[in-house]
Order: sequence, then C-alpha cells, then structure tokens
Amino acid sequence: MIDLTVIWAFIIAFAIFAYVVMDGFDLGIGILFPTFAPGRERDRAMNSIAPVWDGNETWLVLGGGGLFAAFPLAYAIILPATYPLIIAMLLGLVFRGVAFEYRWRDPSHRRFWDAAFTGGSLIATMAQGMILGALLQGIEIDGRAYAGSWWDWLTPYTLLTGLGTVAGYALLGATWLVWKLDGEGQAHARKLGKIAALATLALMAGVSLLNLFVRPEYSDRWLTAPELYWVAPIPIATLIVAGFMWHALSRDRHSKPFWLALLLFFFGTAGVGVTIWPYVAPPDLTIWEAAAPVRSQVFMLVGVAITMPLIIAYTAWAYWVFRGKVGDEGYH
Amino acid sequence: MFEGTDAILLARIQFAFTVSFHFIFPAFSIGLASYLAVLEGLWLKTGKPVYMDLFKYWLKIFAIAFAMGVVSGIVMSYQFGTNWSVFSDVAGPVIGPLMAYEVLTAFFLEAGFLGVMLFGMNRVGKKLHYVATLMVAGGTFISAFWILSVNSWMQTPVGYEIGANGQFLPGDSWMEIIFNPSFPYRLFHTVLAAYLTTAFVVGGVGAWHLLKDRTNGHARKMFSMAMWMAALVVPVQIFAGDLHGLNTLEHQPQKVMAMEGHYQSHPDGAPLILFGIPDSDAREVKYAVEIPKASSLILKHDADAPLDGLDTIPDDEEPPVGIVFWSFRIMVGLGFAMLGVGLWSLIARWRGKLYDWPWLHKAALVMGPSGFVAVIAGWITTEVGRQPYVIFNLLRTADAASPLDAPAVGASLIAFVVVYFAVFGTGTWYILKLMSQPPHARETGVKRGDTGPIRTAGITPGPTQDPGNLSPDSLSSIEYVEPQDIEPARKEDGE
Repeated sequence: MIDLTVIWAFIIAFAIFAYVVMDGFDLGIGILFPTFAPGRERDRAMNSIAPVWDGNETWLVLGGGGLFAAFPLAYAIILPATYPLIIAMLLGLVFRGVAFEYRWRDPSHRRFWDAAFTGGSLIATMAQGMILGALLQGIEIDGRAYAGSWWDWLTPYTLLTGLGTVAGYALLGATWLVWKLDGEGQAHARKLGKIAALATLALMAGVSLLNLFVRPEYSDRWLTAPELYWVAPIPIATLIVAGFMWHALSRDRHSKPFWLALLLFFFGTAGVGVTIWPYVAPPDLTIWEAAAPVRSQVFMLVGVAITMPLIIAYTAWAYWVFRGKVGDEGYH
Repeated sequence: MFEGTDAILLARIQFAFTVSFHFIFPAFSIGLASYLAVLEGLWLKTGKPVYMDLFKYWLKIFAIAFAMGVVSGIVMSYQFGTNWSVFSDVAGPVIGPLMAYEVLTAFFLEAGFLGVMLFGMNRVGKKLHYVATLMVAGGTFISAFWILSVNSWMQTPVGYEIGANGQFLPGDSWMEIIFNPSFPYRLFHTVLAAYLTTAFVVGGVGAWHLLKDRTNGHARKMFSMAMWMAALVVPVQIFAGDLHGLNTLEHQPQKVMAMEGHYQSHPDGAPLILFGIPDSDAREVKYAVEIPKASSLILKHDADAPLDGLDTIPDDEEPPVGIVFWSFRIMVGLGFAMLGVGLWSLIARWRGKLYDWPWLHKAALVMGPSGFVAVIAGWITTEVGRQPYVIFNLLRTADAASPLDAPAVGASLIAFVVVYFAVFGTGTWYILKLMSQPPHARETGVKRGDTGPIRTAGITPGPTQDPGNLSPDSLSSIEYVEPQDIEPARKEDGE
C-alpha cells in the first residue's frame, strides 16, 4: 500500500526546495544589490530576474498553500509559533516585490527603492532561515495548538540558521549573475560568489554541528549505526560539490557555478529532511498526525499529477525565452 | 498599548484590512487582463495600431497592479495560519485542497506567462505572445473560480463530514463542495464586478483625456469600448445581483434581513427601505424612507408574501445590521449610477455625440473609481453579513482564531497598515501618473532594455492620427521593435 502521506511530504519538500533555490537567487541578488554600481550594473542584475521572479515566488504560495492543504494541523501550529518571522517575511517580500516595478517608475527615488529591494530581500531571507531554525529546534504543542511562548523563535541557533540562509541565497544570487552577466559585472559576481561560498559552507558546518546538540534524536540519527551509513553520504557529497564549485568559480565558467550551487542546496535540503524525518514539527508532530484525510490527499494528488508536468514545462519555456546574457554592449 | 484589547477583534480588523486592500488589485487585474487580451486579439485581427498602442498603454499599468496583487496576495495565503489557526486546522481538509488547486492551476499560469507577456514580444513573436496574454487572463479567472469556491463554501457549507478530531472532512463528492449552493451566483456576480471595475477605470481615463482633447483617437477608442461594457454588462450585473440575493435569502436569510433592515417580521408584505438609520438597540430603522411591500415583491416576487425579520433569529446569531445595511446600499446605489452612465452613453452614441458631451465625460470620470468602492462594499456586505460565523452556522469567528495575545496581533496590524498605505499608496500614485499621460500612437510597452524592464520612453504625446489600415503582418517587426532587438546576437554561454 502506497503511503499518500509520505508522497505528500515529498511534494511539499519539493515545493519548498523549488522555492528556496528559485526565489533564493532572486533574494540573493537583492542582498548583493548594493555592491553593484548604480546604473548599468544594477539595472542588468535586476533585468536578469525581472521576467521570472514572480513565477519563482509562486512556489512559496505552493509551499504554504500545500502545507495548509496536505498538513493543515502543521500549518495551524507552525505559523503561530513563528508568527513575527512570518509577518516580517511577508512584509519584506512586499518591499522586494514592488521594488521591481517602482524603481523604473520613479528615477528620482530609485535609490530608495533599491534600498527597499535590498532591505526587503534581506529581511525575508533572514526570516526564512530563522523559521527553519525555529522548526528544527522544536515547537511546543498542547493539544492541537502552539503552546510555546512569544520569543521561542529567537535563539542563537535560529540566528545562525538565518545567517546561513542569507549566505546561501547570496551564493545562489552571485552564481546566477556569473551566468547572466558579462564583463565587469560578471567578474564582480565571481568574487562575491567565492565569499558567499565560504560563508555558506562555514555556516552550514556550524548549523550541522549544533544540530547534534539541539535535539538528542538528531545526534542519534547522525552518529549511530546503522543510520549513520545511510546519512553519511550527504555531508560527503556536499563537500565534493563545494570543491567543484570553487573550481568552477575560479575558472572562466558561466553556468556551472550556478548548477553546482543548486546541487549544494539539494544536499543541504536533504540533510534537513533526514534530520527532521518523520516529524513535520519536531518533537511531537509527525507527518501522519498532521496529515489531511485520504480523500483530500487523493483529490490534490490528481491535480498535482496533471498540472505539475505542465507547470514545469511552461516555467522552463519562460526561462528559455529569456536565456543568454542580459543586455549586451553595442547598441548604446 | 493593546493590553485589554480583544485579540480576536484585532485579528478580524487585520484580516479585513489585508483582504480589502488585496481585493482591490485582483478586482482590477482580472478585468484588465481580459481587456488586454481583447486589445491584443483585435490588433491581431484588424491590424489597427490603435489597439496595440492601447495594449501597451494599459500593460504598463497592469504590471504595477499585478505586482501589488501578488505581494498582497501572498500575505493572504499565510494569514489563515498566522491569525486563524483553529480555522485552518478544522477547515483545512476541505478548503485547503481548493486553494492548492488555485495555486496549481492559476497562480503558476499567471506568473509563468507574465514575464513573456511583459517583456517577451520580440522574443517569441506575436502568436505566442498572444497565447501568453490569454494564459495570464485565463489564470486570473481560474484564480477567481477557486477562491470564490472556497469563500462560497464558507458561506454555504455542504458535502462535509465532521471527523472525530473535530475537523471538517470532505464527503463523497468534491463536486458538491466546489459547486456549493452559493458558488455559481457569487462567481458570476464577482467576476462581472471585476470586469465592470476595469471598464469604469478605462472609461474614466478615456474621459479624462477626452476632456483635455476630444480629438484624441486613442482616448476615443478606450472610452467607446468602456461605455459599451457599461451599457451592456451593468444590466446583466444587476440581474446577477438579484439572483445572488435570492440565493442568499434561501441559504443565509439573516444576511438579507440585515441588508434590508428588517428587524421585524412582516407577515403580509415587507417594505423596501430605501434609506434610514438602523438602530439595533431600538430594533428599528429610524427615519426610514420606504416603499410598501416592495421588498416582498423583489425577494418573493409577490407583494403580499410574508417575510421573516431578525426577530426570528436568536440574538447571538445576528449579523451587525448597521454595516451590512449601509454597505449594501452603497453597492446598489453605485450599480444604478453605473447603469445611468451606461444608458447616457447609449443616447450619446445614438446621437453621434459620444465624444462631444463633456458632462458625460465628467460623469464617467467621477465614476472611474466607482467599481472599487462597489466591490469592497459588496464584499463587506457578504462577509459581515455572515457573522458571527466564519463557516456559516458551523464555526463561530470567535472560536476560529489563533492562540495569540493582543499585543502580537496589534503590532502586526500596525505594521501592515503602515506598510500597505506607504507601498500601495505609492503604487497607486505611479498608476495615476501613468494614467495622466495621454495615450498616443507608437506607445512604448514594458521594456526590458539596458535601461530597465519597465520604462515609458515618450511621455510626449505623438500627433493624433489614424495610422491607417496596417495589418499586423505588414507592420514589420521594426515598427514595434524595442532597441534591444537590433542588437547583435546574444552571446551564448561560454561553456
């Protein structure tokens, strides 16, 4: 018998992963934006994501809406538990999103909207990373409701996961720009990519180490046989990918660093998944306890099976339409 | 500062605030996306450049409105969990899947094709670009379909079972849930409202430019198109609203009682109260101006039919009468004012004076924002009229909220109010600035050049002219090319 709840856990995980990497490079560009020279470099950096950011952000709605639909109890507990972070993320995304339009509309206030673009991106990213940390460190539940306090989400651990996410998104953004820019902008992005790569790896390592202490079941999973043998490939693969990425960033490679950054995020997400499994809100709420009834799962699965291939196809097409370097020298 | 304040009241204010703000943008963009599809379709069919000019003129406005709709919409998809977690938990199995379908079939479609619609004309060609426009327009409609199904289920819940854990669980048939009793009426009424909202905005902008220059051919075209909508669709909308009202009478009688101001039952024909001041303590409408028996005539199609009043409803199940009474009158009043403009335009058109009657243009200008007011008023009528329930007769609003303290909800409410007024106020200002520029020939679209994806090149109006009968094919791509198309071939990836 196929376990629909497990399938749905993977679908939600896929949506969150898709969001993290796709809006991750958008937000990363926002974070790195002030380091680009006003004028042409900034315009091009923004142009490289203007046609796709909206589609990228939709994965966040699928992650949230999907959680609501497939694991309503988890949605009803995690959101109140991380309330200030969710609000901060949403407001950050408001500023980030409208900056795409407003900065072109109002040249006299362009600097303000550039700052809003960066500020919004930074706040949204930090909030997302801290939500991850708040989830991993555990959420207190009583009955069917969040029972913790107001500030549970604010700990050194969540601050570290927040910073790790900022570094990771910056890495995605920098490698995306290495791909989409040329000339000085590209050289600058390469340099940023290297810095972000080092920061990402250091913070990933830090969070991974802290995970062994934050909850006892995590260290059991990662340090005791036989589970150890199943999970050990993840950090090893991460290190190998990191090595290749560093190599690609040091050479005249255009798209390769980005794809390797995606791979790095894939292994990072897998690591989180392995750590948290089978809980959706550790330490008390498993995916089965939070799952929607079978009728809801089946109904939505039909929808996913039909629409997801189409969504992936036309999203890929939209990226293909805007392939290549952004804006070229020559016509000015 | 919120100590002692009711957290649930604050949560309700927050939801009302964020959803009302959000609803403004889709109400506009649903209609505008369809209008853009019509313009581009007419351009492809007739080849008249005026349609492409208008398409580009409104596309710039659409881009801003759509961005505001997206960012305010994401807030909504998380508001259920942050502020209404009990509701999310118990209703999630039924309405969650409908909202997931909205994301899968509508949001991705809109967002996936929006980039091509805004920036891709020169990269994909006319036909594929038109497909992208149609997909965006279709996506906005599909989005309305699902979210109104969810809302309607909360108004007229059917097809559910109550689980052992207190959750609402789907019954045998999803079709019964999706097409719940009030859904077809609400969908029809709301989508028409969105179309009319856009029509009156377009008409108002056209009228503004006609008042400044009645020879502007582009302004004439948009004014004429909008006035056709007003003349033809407003009567349909009034009819649809009447049907929706009858449906509400059947399923949510207390909402209609509040709308009508009927505190008392009328065993032999209820009066239609046109105006008055509802006094819920005295349980009467003071200073009422009323037409005897007209309410029974409208609602029961029989002047002497008995009509129950709120005296038949337990006090703790009554909606607040004052708000519903007034919002309903605002909506209906604006609907009839729209009808008036539509009929006036028909007379003007018949006399061949559509572009020559400044008073008609002034009226259309004043009515420009009327759709937004009517839509919000209608929304308030139906949402407040459902109170004190969030899921009608099954789950009280007071029992649906998150276990949050008042300061938390109050602080986030303040943040939303400040940010929304600043950000969306600014966006509205930018839209008004774009609208204040006269539409003209050789309108530039949303650009993705080196200087930015969104930029109007010329604010200087071109000469008003009829560019003749060029077909889309004879309009070589040079006609509407953006500078970047003349650039050398893109450098492919270096690997």
